Amino acid sequence: MTNHQLNPNKWIDLYADYLFNYTISRVNNRDIAQDLVQDTFLAALKSMKNFKGEANERTWLISILKRKIIDYYRKINSNKGKAEVRITSNNDSETDGDWLEERVADPFDKTAEDTMQNTELGEAIFKCLAKLPEKQAEIFRMKTIEGLETEDICKELNITASNLWVIIHRARTAMASCLKENWF
Amino acid sequence: MSKKLNIKLPCSEANHVCDKSQYKESSIWEKVKLNIHLLYCKACREYSKQNSKLSFIITKSKVTCMDKKNKECLKNEFEKALKENKLK
Repeated sequence: MTNHQLNPNKWIDLYADYLFNYTISRVNNRDIAQDLVQDTFLAALKSMKNFKGEANERTWLISILKRKIIDYYRKINSNKGKAEVRITSNNDSETDGDWLEERVADPFDKTAEDTMQNTELGEAIFKCLAKLPEKQAEIFRMKTIEGLETEDICKELNITASNLWVIIHRARTAMASCLKENWF
Repeated sequence: MSKKLNIKLPCSEANHVCDKSQYKESSIWEKVKLNIHLLYCKACREYSKQNSKLSFIITKSKVTCMDKKNKECLKNEFEKALKENKLK
C-alpha cells in the first residue's frame, strides 16, 4: 500500500475549488461555504500529525470538511431549538409533526435525487479537472466554469488567443474522455 | 469574384470552430462551414457530439468556483497559519 503524503503548500490551488463546490451543494450559501472551507484547511493544518497516510490527501480533507458541515448544521439547529422555533410551513397531514431537524437535513425533497446527481457530477468534474496538467486545468476552469472572456484570460496569463484555444481543445478532449469513463 | 469561396474546412479548423461555438464565440459563417464539414466528416461529428455533451453536463452540474478575491484571502490566511505552524 502506498503511503500518502501531505503537502499543505499546494492545498489551496489543488483542492479549494473542489471543497468549495462540495460544500456549496450541501449548504447552499457562498459565504458559509467559504467559511467552512477555510475552517477545514486550518483544522487540517492543525491535525496534520494525526494523518496516517492511509487515505489520499483529498479524501482526508473531504472527511474533515464533512465533519465541519455536520457541525454547522448542528449549530444552527441547536440555535433554533433554543429560540423555540417550530416551523411547520407545510400543512399536509403526511408531513404534520415532522421536526425541523428533518427539514434541514433535506431542504429540497422534491429535487433531492436531482440535486444528489448534480452533486456527484460536480465532484466527478473536479476529479477529472485535477487530473489535467495545471495550466490546462487553470485555463479550462477560467473559461468554462468561471465563464471569463477569452481576451481577459489572455491578458492575465499573457498568452495569445490561438494558444488559449489549443489548450482549451486539449483540455476539453481530456475532460470528455475522463468523464466518459466516470460518468456518461 | 476572383477569390474562390472557401467552404471546405480542414478537420483541425473544424474542431477549433466547434470549441469556439461551445463558448458562443464563433461567427455565423464559421458555423455554416462547420455544419457543412460535419455532413461528410464522421470523426468531427463524433468530436462535436462529445463536445456539446461536455458543455451540457457542465452547465447542468452547476459547478462553481470560489471568487478570486475570496480565494486570495483564503490563501493569505492559510499561508499565515502555515508559517505559524512551522514556527512551533
